Amino acid sequence: MILSAIAFYVFAAIIIASAVLVVSARNPVHSVFFLILAFFNAAGIFVLAGAEFLAMILVIVYVGAVAVLFMFVVMMLDINFVRLREGFLQYLPVGALVGIILLIELVFIVTTQVNVPEVLAISGAPTPNISEVTNTHALGRLIYTRYIYLFQAGGLILLVAMIGAIVLTLRERPGVRKQRISDQVGRSRSDSIEIKKVSPGNGI
Amino acid sequence: MPQAPVPDILPALPEIWLAVAAMLLLMVGAFRGNASTRMVSWLAVVAVAIAFVLVLSGSKETGTTFAGMFVVDSFSTFAKELILVGTAATLVMSMDYIRREGMERFEFPVLILLATIGMMMMVSANDLISLYVGIELQSLALYVIAAFKRDTLKSTEAGLKYFVLGALSSGMLLYGASLIYGFTGSTNFEAIGALYTQAGQEPSIGLIVGLVFLISGLAFKVSAVPFHMWTPDVYEGASTPATAFFAIAPKVAAMTLLVRVLIAPFFGAVDDWQQIITLIAILSMGYGAFAALRQANIKRLMAYSSIGHMGFALVGLAAGTEQGVQSVLIYLLIYLVMNIGAFAAILTMRVKGQMVEGIDDLAGLGRNNPMLALVLAILFFSLAGIPPLAGFFGKFYVFLAAIDAQLYTLAVLGVLSSVVGAYYYLRIIKVMYFDEPAESFERPIGREMTLILGASTLFTAFFVVFPGPFLAWTQQAAAALLP
Repeated sequence: MILSAIAFYVFAAIIIASAVLVVSARNPVHSVFFLILAFFNAAGIFVLAGAEFLAMILVIVYVGAVAVLFMFVVMMLDINFVRLREGFLQYLPVGALVGIILLIELVFIVTTQVNVPEVLAISGAPTPNISEVTNTHALGRLIYTRYIYLFQAGGLILLVAMIGAIVLTLRERPGVRKQRISDQVGRSRSDSIEIKKVSPGNGI
Repeated sequence: MPQAPVPDILPALPEIWLAVAAMLLLMVGAFRGNASTRMVSWLAVVAVAIAFVLVLSGSKETGTTFAGMFVVDSFSTFAKELILVGTAATLVMSMDYIRREGMERFEFPVLILLATIGMMMMVSANDLISLYVGIELQSLALYVIAAFKRDTLKSTEAGLKYFVLGALSSGMLLYGASLIYGFTGSTNFEAIGALYTQAGQEPSIGLIVGLVFLISGLAFKVSAVPFHMWTPDVYEGASTPATAFFAIAPKVAAMTLLVRVLIAPFFGAVDDWQQIITLIAILSMGYGAFAALRQANIKRLMAYSSIGHMGFALVGLAAGTEQGVQSVLIYLLIYLVMNIGAFAAILTMRVKGQMVEGIDDLAGLGRNNPMLALVLAILFFSLAGIPPLAGFFGKFYVFLAAIDAQLYTLAVLGVLSSVVGAYYYLRIIKVMYFDEPAESFERPIGREMTLILGASTLFTAFFVVFPGPFLAWTQQAAAALLP
């Protein structure tokens, strides 16, 4: 018990520290690295809470995809981060105000929860016992049986998104040199090598 | 550990078939290239026809599957048939256009098929989640279709506008859905409805707020005032077959979805939503009539016309009775057929290889091409609601339902805006027959176009002779929905 408490505080402290560093680091690449660190530690907290599926998703989706995407943006686009950061202090009061409002709202949500009695009767999908079934397993059982229809429909939506992206952006560009593997493999020696007789003393 | 039962997939067979067909056609297109677009389009029409047969031959009994998320009843069957007819007509109409305008890419029919699957999921939705997923599948495909002519500024603008405003409406819809879930504890329509009928208690205010947001999101999809802003610009900017598609099938899907949501789970709150629907209906009818008066572009005109027509259909819904639901279905059927014809005619408006969209370009059509002018005249008379054409009966049943539900103000305002609206339809007929002839349109218009124009005109003109089967059919569909 004490061990998991220690682990929680270590993870939590690292998350907060790296979150601060994300905002304050001078080098944007460092910022992204701190972001990744924060994600990893958040995954650790999820594992502690017994939500190992969320931990896996966090690492795969956020670290694997989103952070790498950020990295691409940071490294490939020439954005002047120093210029963007100008006036950081100037906007600080407004930002702090928004933060405080959000905090108050959170407190409201937690403290003023209303439970409609007849709702409580029908709500709550039966949660399987966590000691019997891992939550990855439980989710899988729901998604592939009860929600199979929505799962497949979601797949169709993604297919439409993919088709749409290709339809709207893919262009045939003439004059672009593309690699054609079949041409490369199909080359014979006579296409590329020419044997010349060199008579001695004359050069080529 | 208990084995989860395999859900019954038979009720969803038409959707599954269309999904498989769309993916197969995508493969065909990817391997054969854009030269195969025409073949892919025809195969898509065949796929839609097979889906139509599957819908028709499906079970007539009301049944749910996928843990109650998907429902099949006479109501959804009827709506799906309308949608499939609209899709097939659009596919056939678009073939020549996309080849001439240099947008012949095989993704066009495939995207239309995918949008159709979304619409069928919408009309079969029996759960807030499946409602949302269906809407998103439909809308996402429609955004791409709107921007399909990506090299023109107008089309990309239409796509972007549609996307941004559509995302906004999805946000409102989701917010409403989450409130409803929070206050009822379920996303299932039956469970929500059961909560209402219990002990006749007053619905909580949170539920009503959620319902208002849900109606706003859906009103956006049917482009009812005040959520109509995107319609004229998107209709004008998108390529004409895309506009035709927007005006036909998605309207039917969104309207039937709205009817199902309000009648199936929220029938107990009829007093609460009746005032909202009444207001939306009045605004849509009025705005559709007045804003269309000064339009010079026929696609924009059709956009305002569709806003107005959705207002008329909402009059039937506002009645909140079985007769009202039936009148909405009749209205949608007639609206679908008239719009197919009108857009087929617009797609033949071509001068010297260029598509034209101005109302002035129709000048003198009565002399240049008497047959086309006659067809257009019948269709526009019908859109205006002149007896004995089909459009008159659509409005007639809707107003009858409103009067039976004692919504006299609504019915009177509806008739008045119908009179105003008649002006701009009649103006087109006047331009066609009495103005100095402009350049005549290119001929021939193609065999498929002739067929579609002929079929829709015949239906419009002779609906008065054989309304019986349609009335019986819609009656059955409406009865399936009401408790």
